[in-house]
Amino acid sequence: MEVINVRSLSKHFKDIKAVENLSFSVNEADVYGFLGQNGAGKSTTIRMLLTLIEPTHGSIEIFGKDLNSHRASILREVGAVIERPDLYKYLTAFENLSIFARLSEAKLNKSQLMEQLDMVGLAARAHSKVHTFSQGMKQRLGLAVALVHNPKLIMLDEPTNGLDPQGIADIRKLILFLSREKKKTILVSSHLLSEIEQIATRMLIIDRGKKIVEGDVKELFDPSRMLIDLKTTDNSEAISKIAVTRWNEFVQTANEKSIVFKMKQDIVPQLSRALIEMNIEILSIQPRHSLEEYFLSLTSANSHVDHSSN
Amino acid sequence: MWTILQIELFKIFRRPRTYIAFVAISAIVLLIQLALYVDGNSYLNFVIQGLTQNFEVNGTILNGYFVCYFILQTLLIHVPLLIALVAGDMIAGEANMGTLRILITKPVSRTRLMFCKFLAALIYTLLLLVWMALLSLFCSLLIFGKGDLLILKSDNAVILSSTDIMWRYAAAFAFAAIAMSAVAALAFLLSIFAENSIGPIVATMSIVIVFTILSTMDIPFFKNIRPYLFTAHMLGWKGFFSDPVNYKMIGKSAAILMLHIVVFVGSAMAIFRRKDILS
Repeated sequence: MEVINVRSLSKHFKDIKAVENLSFSVNEADVYGFLGQNGAGKSTTIRMLLTLIEPTHGSIEIFGKDLNSHRASILREVGAVIERPDLYKYLTAFENLSIFARLSEAKLNKSQLMEQLDMVGLAARAHSKVHTFSQGMKQRLGLAVALVHNPKLIMLDEPTNGLDPQGIADIRKLILFLSREKKKTILVSSHLLSEIEQIATRMLIIDRGKKIVEGDVKELFDPSRMLIDLKTTDNSEAISKIAVTRWNEFVQTANEKSIVFKMKQDIVPQLSRALIEMNIEILSIQPRHSLEEYFLSLTSANSHVDHSSN
Repeated sequence: MWTILQIELFKIFRRPRTYIAFVAISAIVLLIQLALYVDGNSYLNFVIQGLTQNFEVNGTILNGYFVCYFILQTLLIHVPLLIALVAGDMIAGEANMGTLRILITKPVSRTRLMFCKFLAALIYTLLLLVWMALLSLFCSLLIFGKGDLLILKSDNAVILSSTDIMWRYAAAFAFAAIAMSAVAALAFLLSIFAENSIGPIVATMSIVIVFTILSTMDIPFFKNIRPYLFTAHMLGWKGFFSDPVNYKMIGKSAAILMLHIVVFVGSAMAIFRRKDILS
């Protein structure tokens, strides 16, 4: 079952296209990684999913309902941490949690609220004011606030930002626990591929507001499949020629700079022959060794295109 | 809605800055009472010397009612700053802390949230005025006792019997509540455009000061726009201390102030409903 279904979503801030024609879907119990460099449009997209920002175009369905017309009933089932875990610094952890529990329409008594704080390791500091907390403690309290009403869908925007290695490990453990034990659907954004690799089941790479690639993490990280980067004398023509052949199903991304295939190593010679038979003039055909390299090349290729076009 | 209002009030009264206004009012009122207690008669003799040249003035002029009127006249000009301190912080303060984005992700409509936030600011304003009334009226009556109220105006003097004053103060405070609510509504509207509460507080005070200056200028052009400036109606409470009371004029001022409240709060809600939260 699709929990999130985003179609042709765009957000323009005057001349800036923060998100452009983005479509993706998140299935139930997915840990969906939302990967992109800083400024790629991850936070803007999450903010649109949380009704903080109004889309310029496109539609968002959550739990099969239109977000615009069913805002309250959808948000009742959603918990979120957006960028920094900012809370009321002059209030205690318990008071903060209590406020947001009531706003989320969760009827919890004192001991249930304490259990929530205990889950994120803050029970001992329940009655300390938030301004005395470290960044890691604030992050954990932010998570407790996001989870206090037992939501079905959790959105975490860069949840490990500013945390030390232990804090990062704790958050990762908590995400995996929520997904595996509590069967929550989680959308988590990050600019770190390694982080997504460790927790996500499916992922989407976004760059400059546009979708680069979406897929199953295991498949994308499958060591038996390699990424082949093809450069030709005329990429547009090559793309249209490949599009009508069976090789099109192996294409991961295609643009004016390069065409990237994902396939097992033993069929690469067949691809080479097919390209020649299609009269495609090859400048280079070479393997990419890791998704990290792939991710970097995609995002840097795009930035190169943009710089050159300016 | 009651839950949201309770939460908003809880947040207001858990912030130390909320009490600055109560402490400031207490300090000013007590200082004025002390000064008048120590040297009030010399001051009064100086103020009414023009009157005593032609009339014989008997009785306790320096009484609780007089002190309260004196305090209100001095203080009500400055109270807008104390109100802007909280009302201007209602949205901008949340944006600054980063909590606005968490609030908006909760299943509460933006309109309802805004309405409750304004109601909370309104309750704070009313409590501040009640506190001011308690200190300036009841404490003054305790310290200085009762008596007829002598009010000196630019072209005449009004003497009100001590049995005919209490209702006037009740009405004056009710009118002041409307006037101060208009200031709260303005600060609240400005609060949605900022991500730091200093901006709306300074902007509110600037508008109040500029409009007050324009309201008092006798240049014909400004005289024409004066009726439309809400600041020109803020001192309408003084009308209750005329004899006879011009209810029509007071009612008109109150209506204009209420219209301003509706326009300010309505605009704030309409704009905020579609505002992108980027903080």
